[in-house]
Amino acid sequence: MLKKSTVKISGLSHWYGKGSMKRQVLKSISMDIAPGEVVLLTGPSGCGKTTLLTLIGALRKVQLGELSVFGHELRGSSQKTRQLLRRRIGMIFQGHNLLRCLSAEQNVQMGSDLLKGLSYRDRRTQACEWLNAVGLEDQKRKLPHDLSGGQKQRVAIARALAARPKLLLADEPTSALDSVTGREIVDLLKKLALEQSCSVLMVTHDPRILDVADRLLKMEDGQLLPSIG
Amino acid sequence: MTIYFWDKRRIPLAWLLLTRQPLRLFVALAGICFAGILMFMQLGFRDGLFDASVTVHKLFDADVVLISPRSMSSISMSGFPRRRLIQAMAHPDVVGITPVNWNFLLWRNPKNLSTRSILALGFEPNDLLLKDPQFTSKANTLTIKGRVLFDELSRDEFGPVPAWFRDGRVVETEVAGKRVRVSGLVSLGPSFGADGNILTSRETFLELLPGTPPGSIEIGLVRLRSDANKDNIVKALNLSLPTDVRVLTKKEFIEFEKNYWRSSTSIGFIFSLGAAMGFVVGCVIVYQILYSDVSDHLPEYATLMAMGYRLKTLLGVVAREGILLAIMGYLPAYGSAQLLYALVRNSTKLPVEMDLQRAILVFILILFMCMGSALVAMRRLADADPAEIF
Ligand SMILES: Nc1ncnc2c1ncn2[C@@H]1O[C@H](COP(=O)(O)OP(=O)(O)O)[C@@H](O)[C@H]1O
Ligand SMILES: [Mg+2]
Repeated sequence: MLKKSTVKISGLSHWYGKGSMKRQVLKSISMDIAPGEVVLLTGPSGCGKTTLLTLIGALRKVQLGELSVFGHELRGSSQKTRQLLRRRIGMIFQGHNLLRCLSAEQNVQMGSDLLKGLSYRDRRTQACEWLNAVGLEDQKRKLPHDLSGGQKQRVAIARALAARPKLLLADEPTSALDSVTGREIVDLLKKLALEQSCSVLMVTHDPRILDVADRLLKMEDGQLLPSIG
Repeated sequence: MTIYFWDKRRIPLAWLLLTRQPLRLFVALAGICFAGILMFMQLGFRDGLFDASVTVHKLFDADVVLISPRSMSSISMSGFPRRRLIQAMAHPDVVGITPVNWNFLLWRNPKNLSTRSILALGFEPNDLLLKDPQFTSKANTLTIKGRVLFDELSRDEFGPVPAWFRDGRVVETEVAGKRVRVSGLVSLGPSFGADGNILTSRETFLELLPGTPPGSIEIGLVRLRSDANKDNIVKALNLSLPTDVRVLTKKEFIEFEKNYWRSSTSIGFIFSLGAAMGFVVGCVIVYQILYSDVSDHLPEYATLMAMGYRLKTLLGVVAREGILLAIMGYLPAYGSAQLLYALVRNSTKLPVEMDLQRAILVFILILFMCMGSALVAMRRLADADPAEIF
């Protein structure tokens, strides 16, 4: 075990609300994600999956427990640390969250623009290559408005990977797609992530895509169930 | 160095946010443009009116001017003894003097016979009055009694005198109820106090206005040797002459007139207020546009933060939107103002002109307007929470 874990969590708990409204949504979660591993997380709605994802994605402050990503402890971390860490984590959302005023190519370049030390031309070329990789070479100049749901999600994948992350977080990326398209998207995501040796943590409800996982985690009421994978 | 920055550039997000929403951009630009035009017009009118108050003053061939201390402005000139001007002649540096009578008389429009107040200047036709070298020959025509020179730039309400005169017609009309004939045209321009001007000999002037005491004049023009020190002479003359006369340099004479309109009337205040209103209206419009723009794109801004973009970068996007709006709104405002100035010049004959100082001032005001609004709209960005977008 020379390789360090990409994500290391132990005893992570989280609460929402204050005073009498305070409610625990994560109860002492412990788990690891190894480099290049594809982990799927399932569980009923409202059990805290998204909350866990936002904590790992350095979008929320850690309240209790230990959580480190790429070896950086997130509890008590500064705003700046979290912002820099977010650059190294790719995120794909349930809604595609593309920038409406940018073309497909420009949206992807918003990802590669985060890379330091590359010229504009290089970043642009890379953005094009990523669009080719997700099979949208013909749709470069189209605005999100003119793309189908599946195409938008492909652009979102290209954008997330364009920043060359070593961890990809995806929250129900297929929920807005029909089953065939959903399957394609997930396969594509896994293929591209593995080419980059990028770990993936994906939340999904879709039982038809569970087989892409190296490991399957089940969550219920803020707790991880003993793993089956 | 420039190549380096060029290579480091990113997607021009501010530009795309603005241009990919043409309707919103149009409204914003229309608002800024409107505010800009309003400011240009109000400030232009203000400066134009002050400038217009001295159209005639500027043309006098004089280094030093004598007026009565009771004179408040060109529309209320008092007389002083003509002797003072002759006394001034005693100063070794004085090379020439011109006594001038100055008053408003009723001019009858020779076409529709309506009357209107016109500024009449009376002087000895042999004396120098205006800087214009071609003026002397025209002035000579005034040696005949009952002749006047008509200002061709006078407002049209005085009748089609210049056109008739150029057609070779004999233009005769009444001034102060007495018959006069136009013997030539001069180019002076209406001022704020006077819609038109006529020049005539002192002899004719006194005939038209018999109440004028013969030894009294309203303005005394004094010309000095070219190497003379104006300020010293003005000081010396003020000391040596009695207190019933006030000695000014030509520049002070012009300022004296402008100052009257500036301080004794609300013109400056009214037009500055108009410009300020344009500024406020512009602020409100730009703020509304930028605020709703930021609000509409809040999830997208949150997404960018989730991707690892700094808040500072996003604030920069809003700031850049402000700068772009300022530039894009200013240019058409500048162009329209030029056109409107020309229109105003033609219809009112007021010297309303674009000057660099005002062009810069309005740009700075528009920039303030846009950046101030951008700054307030930025506060909305604090609501972009990347944790809420999953
Ligand atoms: N910002 C929030 N404030 C308060 N409660 C929240 C917030 N976000 C989620 N919750 C609650 O926390 C629980 C877990 O939510 P979430 O992590 O979104 O679950 P999942 O993604 O598994 O559906 C839910 O009961 C939800 O209502
Ligand atoms: Mg969820």
